[in-house]
Amino acid sequence: MTATATTPSPYAQLTGPTTVRRILTAPTTGPLAALVLACAFFSLTTEQFLTGGNFSLIVQQVMVVGTLAIGQTLIILTAGIDLSCGAVMAFGSIVIAKMAAQGTLSPLAAIGLGLLVCAGFGLVNGLLVQMVPLPPFIVTLGMLNVAFALTHIYSAEQTVTGLPAPLTALGETFPLGNTDITYGSLVTIALFLAFAYALSSTAWGRHVYALGNSPEAARLNGIRTSRLTVGIYALAGLVYGIAALLLISRTGVGDPQAGQTDNLDSITAVVLGGTSLFGGRGAVLGTFIGVLIVGVFRNGLQLMGVASIYQTLITGALVILAVTVDQISRKKAR
Amino acid sequence: MSRSIRTLSARARVTACTTVVALSALSLTACGAGAQGAGGGKVKVGLITKTDTNPFFVKMKEGAEDAAEKSGVELVSAAGKFDGDNAGQVTAVENMVASGVKGILITPNDSKAIVPALEKARAKGVLVIALDSPTDPQNATDALFATDNVKAGELIGRYAKAVMAGRPAKIAMLDLAPGVAVGVQRHDGFLKGFGIAEGDPAVVCAQDTGGDQAKGQTAMENCLQKAPGINVVYTINEPAALGAYTALKAKGLEKKVLVVSVDGGCTGTNAVKEGRIAATSQQYPLKMAAQGVQAVADFARTGKKASGYTDTGVTLVTDRPGTGVEAKDTTFGLRNCWG
Repeated sequence: MTATATTPSPYAQLTGPTTVRRILTAPTTGPLAALVLACAFFSLTTEQFLTGGNFSLIVQQVMVVGTLAIGQTLIILTAGIDLSCGAVMAFGSIVIAKMAAQGTLSPLAAIGLGLLVCAGFGLVNGLLVQMVPLPPFIVTLGMLNVAFALTHIYSAEQTVTGLPAPLTALGETFPLGNTDITYGSLVTIALFLAFAYALSSTAWGRHVYALGNSPEAARLNGIRTSRLTVGIYALAGLVYGIAALLLISRTGVGDPQAGQTDNLDSITAVVLGGTSLFGGRGAVLGTFIGVLIVGVFRNGLQLMGVASIYQTLITGALVILAVTVDQISRKKAR
Repeated sequence: MSRSIRTLSARARVTACTTVVALSALSLTACGAGAQGAGGGKVKVGLITKTDTNPFFVKMKEGAEDAAEKSGVELVSAAGKFDGDNAGQVTAVENMVASGVKGILITPNDSKAIVPALEKARAKGVLVIALDSPTDPQNATDALFATDNVKAGELIGRYAKAVMAGRPAKIAMLDLAPGVAVGVQRHDGFLKGFGIAEGDPAVVCAQDTGGDQAKGQTAMENCLQKAPGINVVYTINEPAALGAYTALKAKGLEKKVLVVSVDGGCTGTNAVKEGRIAATSQQYPLKMAAQGVQAVADFARTGKKASGYTDTGVTLVTDRPGTGVEAKDTTFGLRNCWG
């Protein structure tokens, strides 16, 4: 994978001649169109799809992978990749669940420890990537196995039950009109909005894009690239910790088997959302659209009574389509 | 095995339509008719299996489809992505409740973790039935249709004991995975049938295989390394047994070692006929699914909910009888096998 020197800056699209062109070249336009089309299709084919309750359900179903995908987006924007996110989340969730269920720590302290542990994994990933340096793919592949094994050792393969109330609070719902909204969904949406703001409107966000476009150029422009990279991995880890809490609140247990395919699912969401695997191009809100596309297809096909294997088929085809569109639009932008 | 052509083509048509529309955003009108579930007023039954790649669950789905057709109900199905995928099953339960199913049949991937989702479904008036393995606690579902896995293990344990006829046994146990109920029950049943306790020195090796052929082979190879004199091999299922056989054959031991298993899939039953596996405890996934669908159809008609545990039966299948353990031959086994 070679990032070409002629990669457009993320602001290239902002200097286009017309608004129309700007909209057409924005990385989130394609995904958004796909999402709207999918929603239109399922609204026509199943009567249960177009209801507030169903949309609330979809957001609730994607909140865990969606939250993981926020961390994944940050890392992919730096042209890295994180294969360990699901396993780190699973370990965090077992730490939180076990500490609180045994009464070793108060529920809030257990949650705090879980967040710290996940951030610690991210920090180690970042240090290995930046300081040795090693390819992110290899580091996080190793960490995937480490975290997976620790999860199974620490849990002794037992699902942790009997969790105190604060751990599952985010899984509770509140009524909004005639729809039940899960608190956890709001946490995920708030995280997406916060990171969207940070990436688009702060110096830190600009530095992240600059680093993804060209680490060397970023360094020469006075950005502390080492510190920035390690920080991004650690921050991603912290976000996985939040995903761990959401996971517990959704299932009501600490499950050592959880998250085994979430690393690839989060990468899928990032790619579907128009973020480039070559770094420096994309948006966190695109990732939210990406994760919703997967959720809408799963839910819609289920409501239509289509077997789940076809959902996998369609998701795979969409990923290839998304990457193709990304490549073509990069060529056009040159 | 053959699936009903009609179902396949209907599903293929729906899928083709969906794919085309989703991927190329062609006109939406072309598919309207084909995608509509037939009969808007039909009672819906949901089936959620552990995965949709394991032949056992494929067969279970077939049984459910046939039963649904007979009872005039509509079957919707879903599955976890991998063995142990709880999140996928939770999602499927929620989606099925949203689509207005009357009842849900589920083979839980995680007997504890699925409970909250099932409780929510039951609170909405949906009948929930576990197939193949129970939830923990068992009363988290209305009813359970399953094989008595302890009995399945016990049958092959008693059979192995009889074949050994008093010779000192060196047993290898190729298990499933720690803490998974099905595996634990078969394991315990085998020991009970063989008349030994957990930790008996006769068991010279115990390894987890995940019920996977490649892992079964690796486990057997490692056991033979560890204890060369092994003469009895208990296996959690037939893929693990066939993996074990490959490892034994490589060492020239396939004629000297007794391999027993559980499942009664067609591949496994054929292996019994060919003498690669000595005996297997056959179970009946078609029956589980059919009875589950029937229970939901009855509930829709009469409002009466199924409850408690229904044993769907298990039979020892072997062509080397005369052990005093009640058994059927492989002709019966192949007639009733699944997969």
